[in-house]
Amino acid sequence: MSRTDWIYCAYLVTIVCFIVALQFLSHPAKARYGTWVGAVGMAFAIVATFFTPGLTNYASILIVMAISAPIGAYAARAVKMTAMPEMVALFNGVGGGAAALVALADFHNSIPEPGRLPYDSSVSIVLSALIGSVSFSGSMIAFAKLRELIGGRPITYPGQQIVNMALLAGLVALGFVIVFGPQRTVLVGVLGLGALAFGVLFVLPIGGADMPVVISLLNAFTGVAAAATGFVLHQNVLIVSGMLVGASGSLLTLMMARAMGRSVTNVFFGAFGQLQTAAEGGVSAEGGTVRATTPEDVAVMLAYADRVIIVPGYGLAVAQAQHAVRELADELEKRGVNVKYAIHPVAGRMPGHMNVLLAEANVPYDQLVEMDDINPEFERTDVALVIGANDVTNPDARTNQASPIYGMPILDVDKAQNVVVLKRSMRPGFAGVDNPLYTLPNTQMLFGDARESVVKVTAAVKAL
Amino acid sequence: MNTSFLIELTVLILAAFLGVQVISKVPTLLHTPLMSGTNAIHGIVIVGAIIVAGVPHQPTWLRVVTLAAVALATGNVVGGFVVTDRMLEMFKPKKKAPEAAEEAKSE
Repeated sequence: MSRTDWIYCAYLVTIVCFIVALQFLSHPAKARYGTWVGAVGMAFAIVATFFTPGLTNYASILIVMAISAPIGAYAARAVKMTAMPEMVALFNGVGGGAAALVALADFHNSIPEPGRLPYDSSVSIVLSALIGSVSFSGSMIAFAKLRELIGGRPITYPGQQIVNMALLAGLVALGFVIVFGPQRTVLVGVLGLGALAFGVLFVLPIGGADMPVVISLLNAFTGVAAAATGFVLHQNVLIVSGMLVGASGSLLTLMMARAMGRSVTNVFFGAFGQLQTAAEGGVSAEGGTVRATTPEDVAVMLAYADRVIIVPGYGLAVAQAQHAVRELADELEKRGVNVKYAIHPVAGRMPGHMNVLLAEANVPYDQLVEMDDINPEFERTDVALVIGANDVTNPDARTNQASPIYGMPILDVDKAQNVVVLKRSMRPGFAGVDNPLYTLPNTQMLFGDARESVVKVTAAVKAL
Repeated sequence: MNTSFLIELTVLILAAFLGVQVISKVPTLLHTPLMSGTNAIHGIVIVGAIIVAGVPHQPTWLRVVTLAAVALATGNVVGGFVVTDRMLEMFKPKKKAPEAAEEAKSE
């Protein structure tokens, strides 16, 4: 066997590792092994690549890796659990950027002196540069929106769709020029820059609440870009791994959009375009009064309830209230109150976000109940305690056709006997729409930081 | 069209079906770690980055581009796996009581 054969055998190990890793991720108990198996596969691939015949520049490659790896590890370690979604966006973006740069370099390297690139190579390079760049800049905007470096509300202007469509059409045309016309490296560079601009324009008009779906799509994009570089370099390991991610990411995107009761096209191109009109409709509906309450009143209500459902949302994550909530739940259970958690599939800013946070606070799995199972129980519930969740509890999604979130499945919190909403202020949620839940007669608001409020309520329950 | 291209296309399509099959059974609970895990896996683009960075006799601008690709891909791989591992750490079987609960009991 030649050296190249051994390298391909190592790549085969990598492919098997990645598939096994994804399978392990299907089971909560084994999921962590999935990460390790995947990391082992990745290590095989990286080590094997260094044995590629004719490879040079070992020193500079290793130095760059030695600098970059600790930075990535530190960034991933230092970040709080609440900030995980934006870290996924960030690391996804840099992967897409890497794919685009590889495509650019490979275009320059593989153009024969007299002659042209074969179509399969040139098409793959164009796709990789285009998709990789969109994924990079789009992920960075998603990161900025989730970090709230820029507002989470959709940024729109007249004729936006036309500008985006024109830019995309221009990029596709440029792609054709590169494949069939003059094959200049600078054109691939221009294509990449144009795609960066498109990525920014594509994500800007999408509301912050839809960012998880966007990140999932861009994750799939980066996978496809990596697969395209595999066609250029004739590396099956890139094709298989990239496409595994491309396919699973696409499916996940569909599943997430479905959880929000919307089509994918609706998420990406439009629903939130009519934000202004919908917001005006919301103002006129705002007739009811908001009732503020005190921690002591909430404590009495909870302590003498039979059934309490806690509805966690992003506000809980921001306030790092998961441990305090667990403590409150323990205290209530000691008093014989039945406590459950209602988990909306897109609560927080990622599917499963709430599960991760509550698991961190050692809340038993069996208390976490998914939307379809818990919704019939709200009618028999004494108190629904909404902690920092907003859009996923908005009854407008069921009844108000003018609302931008109409049709999204929600937790039927408003059907509980009493609703207590813990919230920092009356500011609207991430989707930027008002929530009529807050003015219902059976709703009381407890304003303040979620964690402080929960701690105060817990203290009041203990004092009873 | 040459044969190797068609073989690669076959591999691509089989991988696409496999990707859908493998994750169609993932529970909602694990969607975030799954997204993070696949995010780490597409860090495999590091293989491409190392190969193009290792090409001899490159002009300086190209050297910068390829090494930047290596840097970005390395960040993707390391960050992706560490983030995923941190998320899944939360799901390990519970043995020790959390501090918050202990405080609650002692009071």
